Amino acid sequence: MEEKLVISSSPHIKGPKTVRGIMLDVIIALIPACLASLILFGWKALLIIMASVASAVASEALYEKAVKREVTVGDLSAVITGILLAMTLPPNVPLWIPVIGSAFAIVIAKQIFGGLGCNFVNPALAGRAFLLAAWPMHMTRDWLNPLTYDAVTSATPLAVLKGTGQGTLPGIKDFLLGVRLGSLGETSVLALLLGGIYLIARGVIDYRIPLGFLGTLFVGTLVFGKPGAFFQGDGVLAILAGGAILGAFFMATDYVTSPVTARGRLYMGIGAGFITLLIRLWGGYPEGVTYGILLMNLVTPLIDRFVVPRYYGYAHDRAAKEAAAGGR
Amino acid sequence: MISLKRTSGGVRVDDKKDLSAGSPIEPAGIPGELVLFLSQHTGAPSKPVVKVQDLVKRGQLLAEPQGAISAALHAPTSGKVKAIEPRYHPIQGRLVDAIVLEPDGKNEVFEGVVPRARDLDSISGEEIIAFVREIGLVGLGGAAFPTAVKLTPPADKPIDTYLLNGAECEPYLTSDYRLMLEEAEVVIFGFRALLKAARVARGIVCIEDNKPEAISAMQRAMSPFPELDLAVLPSRYPRGGEKQLIEAVLGREVPPAGLPLDVGVIVSNVGTAFTLGKAIRTGLPLVERVISVTGEGVTRPSNFLALIGTPVSYLIEKAGGFSGTPGKVIMGGPMMGISVKSLDVPVLKGTSGIVVLKKEQVKKDKMLPCIRCGRCVDACPLRLLPVWMAAYAERGLLEEAERARVLDCCECGACAYECPAKRPLVQWIRMAKSEILAKRRAQNHARK
Ligand code: SF4
Ligand code: SF4
Repeated sequence: MEEKLVISSSPHIKGPKTVRGIMLDVIIALIPACLASLILFGWKALLIIMASVASAVASEALYEKAVKREVTVGDLSAVITGILLAMTLPPNVPLWIPVIGSAFAIVIAKQIFGGLGCNFVNPALAGRAFLLAAWPMHMTRDWLNPLTYDAVTSATPLAVLKGTGQGTLPGIKDFLLGVRLGSLGETSVLALLLGGIYLIARGVIDYRIPLGFLGTLFVGTLVFGKPGAFFQGDGVLAILAGGAILGAFFMATDYVTSPVTARGRLYMGIGAGFITLLIRLWGGYPEGVTYGILLMNLVTPLIDRFVVPRYYGYAHDRAAKEAAAGGR
Repeated sequence: MISLKRTSGGVRVDDKKDLSAGSPIEPAGIPGELVLFLSQHTGAPSKPVVKVQDLVKRGQLLAEPQGAISAALHAPTSGKVKAIEPRYHPIQGRLVDAIVLEPDGKNEVFEGVVPRARDLDSISGEEIIAFVREIGLVGLGGAAFPTAVKLTPPADKPIDTYLLNGAECEPYLTSDYRLMLEEAEVVIFGFRALLKAARVARGIVCIEDNKPEAISAMQRAMSPFPELDLAVLPSRYPRGGEKQLIEAVLGREVPPAGLPLDVGVIVSNVGTAFTLGKAIRTGLPLVERVISVTGEGVTRPSNFLALIGTPVSYLIEKAGGFSGTPGKVIMGGPMMGISVKSLDVPVLKGTSGIVVLKKEQVKKDKMLPCIRCGRCVDACPLRLLPVWMAAYAERGLLEEAERARVLDCCECGACAYECPAKRPLVQWIRMAKSEILAKRRAQNHARK
């Protein structure tokens, strides 16, 4: 018996992790937040999520077909972009908003740069930033009252905290459950944490990013705020009120746009938290999470260049640091 | 017990040791032909001292070492020298001179094979080193570096610690495990002989925590000797790599392109110590070793005491033959071993196992773009950045790859194992390494 034996380079066995499996884990982790948005904001939430995902997947497939690249929607990353973008939208936006936003996210922020792995900003956040710039009214006004589903245009808790809007603040319990004004997926802190902890436990994301992000926001708010001023100096509220949890666990941890080293990821989290803090302090928008993360996405290549582990056997090697430069 | 100092990277692998861990070591027997490469080891090939048609006996010298880094070669059994000719060398991947021995089946032992010493008091350190050279001992962990060379470090490199490597972190392989379990006393005897030869005061036995029975057997065997200590390592691939072991147990780092002796350490494998221990008591040179023949692709995964030069096909037959259709036959472990295309190749002094994977197990994974997940970075035990090294190597950017320390990579495979995009990182890195080295050789040549 002379069977054909395969000859190849070691290692001869590979681990069980696949790109698709990892993406599937992220989707699973987003399910609690999606369900919470359904309960809080009703069928409108479902429609927005579906429109956003459908648009993301379709844009990816169509674009790849058009430029004659292999269609890669099977890796599920477009589904995640779709869900994440939907999570950042006010629940009463017209349905063309998620459709356009997702198409922008996929085509302009991801595919033009070469697809998954080549983009340098988080596509969902780029989509959101685009919508915010193009249709600020929809993006900051189209709220729904949770559970009653009434359309309202009053200020979100974040705006109230910042002092740019009038209104009353919900209690901590309502923050945790998500019974407050806000985007689809950012309101229910419990649902988001459930997903975030799942991702950390499964080894999908590095805890350092959310830790650095939320930690910086918390401490910074304590330092810069005081009763009557910035966030009442209340670090907990600063974390709970905006989209910080959604951003810290699900957006800033996007592999493609965050550093490859553990230490780099911690810096990324701290940086994003710090920029968010600055924008909340002095910026025109009530929310700084989107730009905080987007800016750190842009800084990521720099972090990867300079934050290099000390290689085994090297004392402190400057050449080693330079060596890591410019890999992307 | 030694507390661990520092560990980096590594991956959790499904070790599949259950397949053969329960099989006691058994003699594999005498095959119809033995092929003994003159180049079994790191260093210069040995030089034949026999001619074709010569009759030889078990333990008789076939080839003597040539130069400082080389090792002697002996007849594993009695028989006739059938040929001295080039044969295909599975590791070097080319034709290499070999002594082909036709066993006569009588397995007569050479007259010169007599016990050397009963205990270590009746043999001096110098005598042990001479004996180690005489029996052609090399590191049995894989690299097959001549042991006598290791035992005689330059005078300006004082050695304070000798590590006995029983980590056996490669998945599937159980040969060291069985040795520690069944022959702990001989292993420790051999280890003490190594300590004495190298004049090292402290010996540390290093074992991964997934081998509790081996740990207790070894603990029992070493308890009378206060100079010996135990280090239990959390099982994580590649904790048993020489550099990783030194970092974990002693907190020292071998400098780039350096050797363990640069940081005062010698590392030897359990199999090496066993062979020496047995040789001192019986006089038998390194002519056989324990080899795990395992994997889902063999019917009866086993641990054999096999003669050096035994064909792979013979051992697979002894292990009950193939189970299902074989897809890959690997010499060594699945992480760092070499896949062979023919079963005619013989085992070498450094062959610790033969792993047969079924056809279904050998699927060609589709390679996806790098998603920059950083898993390869977290996995690298040398804290290198495989993601960049591989990216440079793939694009042929040799200078950048070299600056990214591609030459330091030990090709352990942890990064490629972890990569969810199934990118052949090690293959690229290896390619860049060989191109860089080839370039250097060409430059040196031009300068001369
Ligand atoms: S593990 Fe693979 S996909 Fe992840 S960063 Fe490394 S090379 Fe890229
Ligand atoms: S193969 Fe090289 S780069 Fe990859 S983990 Fe091992 S040492 Fe690091």
